[in-house]
Formats: sequence, structure tokens, C-alpha cells
Amino acid sequence: MPGAVRTANGCRLCTRGAGFEGRAEGRYGMCGVIGLLIRDRDLQPQLGAMLVSMIEALDERGPDSSGIAVYADHRSGGVGDTPRVQVSLGSDEAVDWGNLAGALAKQFADGADAHPFGAGLVVEVSPDQQRSLTEFIRDGWPGVRVLATGLDLRVLKDTGRPSDTCARFGVTHWEGYLAVAHTRMATESAVTVLHSHPFVPAGDLCVVHNGSFSNYATVRRSLMATGVQFDSDNDSEVAARYLARRLEQGDDLEEATRWVMKEMDGFFTLVISTAGELSVVRDAFACKPAVVAETGDYVAVASEYRALAELPGIATANVFEPRPEEVYTWSR
Amino acid sequence: MESLNCEVLGTRAVNQRLRALADGEEAQLLHPRGRHNLAVGLSAPVRIGIEGNAGYFVGGLGGGPDGTGPEIVVNGFVGWAVGENLMGGSIRVRGSASQSAGSSARGGTIVIEGDASLRAGISLKGATLAIGGNAGAMSGFMAQSGVILIGGNAGGGLGDSLYEAVIYVAGSIDSLGADAEITEMSDEDILAVKELVSETGFDHIDPTRVTKVTSARQLYHFSTHNHGAY
Repeated sequence: MPGAVRTANGCRLCTRGAGFEGRAEGRYGMCGVIGLLIRDRDLQPQLGAMLVSMIEALDERGPDSSGIAVYADHRSGGVGDTPRVQVSLGSDEAVDWGNLAGALAKQFADGADAHPFGAGLVVEVSPDQQRSLTEFIRDGWPGVRVLATGLDLRVLKDTGRPSDTCARFGVTHWEGYLAVAHTRMATESAVTVLHSHPFVPAGDLCVVHNGSFSNYATVRRSLMATGVQFDSDNDSEVAARYLARRLEQGDDLEEATRWVMKEMDGFFTLVISTAGELSVVRDAFACKPAVVAETGDYVAVASEYRALAELPGIATANVFEPRPEEVYTWSR
Repeated sequence: MESLNCEVLGTRAVNQRLRALADGEEAQLLHPRGRHNLAVGLSAPVRIGIEGNAGYFVGGLGGGPDGTGPEIVVNGFVGWAVGENLMGGSIRVRGSASQSAGSSARGGTIVIEGDASLRAGISLKGATLAIGGNAGAMSGFMAQSGVILIGGNAGGGLGDSLYEAVIYVAGSIDSLGADAEITEMSDEDILAVKELVSETGFDHIDPTRVTKVTSARQLYHFSTHNHGAY
């Protein structure tokens, strides 16, 4: 785009010359990040409504696309109490999802339950079927990608205004114990479903990012050399996959997050979630905003306070800004 | 006094109504709910109360070159860059402020009763920024003119690349930024702090026990010889 600079992971910014670029990136590069951990079981049915109020408030920070991840206790619903893996599917192309659901039913006669979810599908399979499911899709449905896998996790991604996406897919009715979401204003790579956050580099692990990484190509090359595969050319995906690699090597979430800070150069507020943990971290200069509201009932993280303003009990919540380079982690 | 509901009217309409106020008139903004750009660009000497937490740029661009302007009080906390580019008048935040409080403000007074986050008073150009509590890292960065008073402690890198602004700190300083130095308090400094204390009501500050930070004036002009100092 002529007259625009590519800066933070999402921002189309008019520039008035090179001198303005750094300032523009630091202060006006946008995207909205959201995390919501419900502590009070009775509040779980309201997760969707709380989440939508947060996403709507950050709509203008990221009008290009959005992604919403929700964790709910699906495990108990498994046949014979066997946990089933939730596989969220999405695509940048027009896909006949009904057709795919039918094909899956035929292929996996002993159970691959496909449900429409957001702009795509969620398929529930037993853990030992997960590999054959992903192979079936890779070989027969080349436009379709796995957006997420997890025992508790489902992920929706779509382009367009995040508030429209919430309305279209009835996000307000969602239930669960944890959610992360992202509203994207793209700068660094294309506006598509697959370029949208959250990135899910391992089962039940989500990463959303506001900011930009400058050394991501280098880190991606070194990860690829060790066999890590990427779904997009997005800088945030590199941080997500680096984090997953650290976790795989035995780090806990906090240690792995510290390694991201050490190895990835750039500006970031990262919101990270696992099945049961929510984490937030900001770069050394706190270039990107973040506000936390904590009550006995929930912990909410957002780019701006206005995304927290509608939450129940906000007037008496402990509201604070995470300090730079400090890893904050909350458990269920 | 005019009472304006931000949720019903929206930011643009609220600001238009505020601009229509006559000199000396008063208005109250209800349900700000973290909304940005409230009460920006007001030049008349009007009185505005914001009843709740506000977002970015509260009262920015206010006042005129003669130093007069609106008197804004926020009964809550504020987001980034409260009073950015203020020319005159005053803004008082009863809670805390997020990053870049008073950035590039040329005139007027910004008072934060709580803490201010990182880069408070960045590029200050003549205004007075008084913080009752602590100030975050990199406060006073490249401040060119004006006064910053910190009633609590200052974070790391205080006054990095300072020009001619003066910083007074009542508490501790984590570290000084490049080209900032501690200088001795003169009688004029003590008097200046006394006046600020009486103006702000920050009685917890003892003007005789304040640290003064100014520029060492070594890095005014870029020189490759100074590379290691940046």
C-alpha cells in the first residue's frame, strides 16, 4: 500500500516520513488482546456474554479479523469417560463444511462428531484417531487447516469486524472456564482467517499478540531446522511455536514465557493460555498496553480498560497494569 | 451545571457540548467507562468533572497559548497520555494515570494524585506535571522544559536524554537515564517545590528533602564520540 508503513502486527499506518515511524509503531500500532479466566463456577454460563463485551470494546483496535478461543470442560462428556480431542477447522477458501462433515462421518464410522463452529467445524475424535483425522484432511481437503486441537479448547477465526463475528456466531451464548481473543489490525502479513490469532502451536495452548517481532524470520529458520512446521508467515506464530517448543522441552509456562522474552526481539503484549492457566507478559518498554482486572470470581486481561468496564463487579475489582518483563500467571 | 451521559451521547457529541459551554460554566461527564479523548481541545476557562475512569488523551490539546484553559477533574483513573499537548488550564486525576502522562504538554498543570506509569512527562515542553505517588520507568524522557514533581519513587532511567526540564523527586530513584544528573537544591528550588506542594495539596512532600534531577548537557547534540553513552 503506497504511503503506508508496515509496523506492528497489524497496523496500516500513514507515515509522515521515517522519523515518525518509530513513534507510530510504539504508540498507535494496534490490535486488541483479551484473556478471561473464570474462577466462580456459577459464572461459567456468562463467559460468552462477558467476552463479547470485551471484544466489542476492542473492535476498533482490530477491525480486520478476529479469533476467539474458548476452553470448556468437554472431557466429562466423552463416551465411556474417554477424553476426546476437539479439532477446530478453518479455511481461507470457501469450503462446503456440510460435505466435509458427511465425509468424516463416513470415514470415521466409530465416531468423529463434527459440529458447525464459527466459520468452520469442530470435530471430536478419540486421541488415537487424531492423527488419521489430520491426515485425512491434509490429503483430501487441501484448503482446510487445523486451527486448534485440545481436550478443552475450541477456536473460531474469521475476517471482518470482530463484533460482527461475535453476533454472527452467537458467541454471547458460549459457556466455559477460560477464553482468549484477539482483534487484529494487520500490518505485517495478510488479512485472512489463517493469519488471525490465536495461534495454537500445541494441544490446549493459545497465544495472542499485540505488537511486532523484528527477529522472527531468524527464529523461524532455526525452529524449522529442528522440524517445526508453520501454518503462516505471521511473526506471532513464531513466538507461539517457540513457546510450544520450550514447553515440550520441559519448561513450565512461566519459564517458557521468559525464554520468549529472551529470544524474541520486539514489542509485545502476549496473552497465553493453557487448559487451566492464563498468562500475560509485556516487553521491557511496555510498548503495548495491557490492563488486568482481578476479582474472586474472575481474572480479565485486556489491551484497554474500556474492555473491562462492563464486567460484573468491576467497580470493586483490583485493576492494575502488568509491569514490563514480569510474567503474570493465574490458575483455575 | 450541565450533566452529560457519555454512553448516551458518545464522545464526539460530548466534546461538542463541552465546546459550546460559555466561560466559567461547569459540566459533569457521567459513565465515561474508559472512553478515550474526553474533554479534548477545550480552550475556554470552563470546569469539567469526569465522574469515573477515563481512557486515553483526557483533556489533551486544551487551553491556549496564554496558559489559561479548562479546569478538568477526573474522579477515577485515566489511560495513556492524559493532558497530551496541553497548552493551559489544569487537569487533576484523583486516581492513577497510565503511560505518558502529560506527554509534550506545553503549558498548564497536570496533577496525578495516585501513581503515574511509564514515561510520565515524556517530551514535556513547558507544563507542570505533579505526581503524588510513584512514577514509572523512563519518566521525563527527553523533557525539554517545565517541571515534573514526583511525590513517591521514580522508576529506572529517570530523565533519560533530558533537555531543560527539571525533575524533583521526594522518594527514591531506581536509576538515572543517560545524561541525567542529580544537582543540588537551591533556595529557589525549595521555594518552587513549596509552591507546588501548596498548589497540589501534596503535603506528604517535604520541600527540603527532595532530589533534583537535571540534564548533564553532554548529549544535546549527537556525536559519534558519545555512542557508548546512549
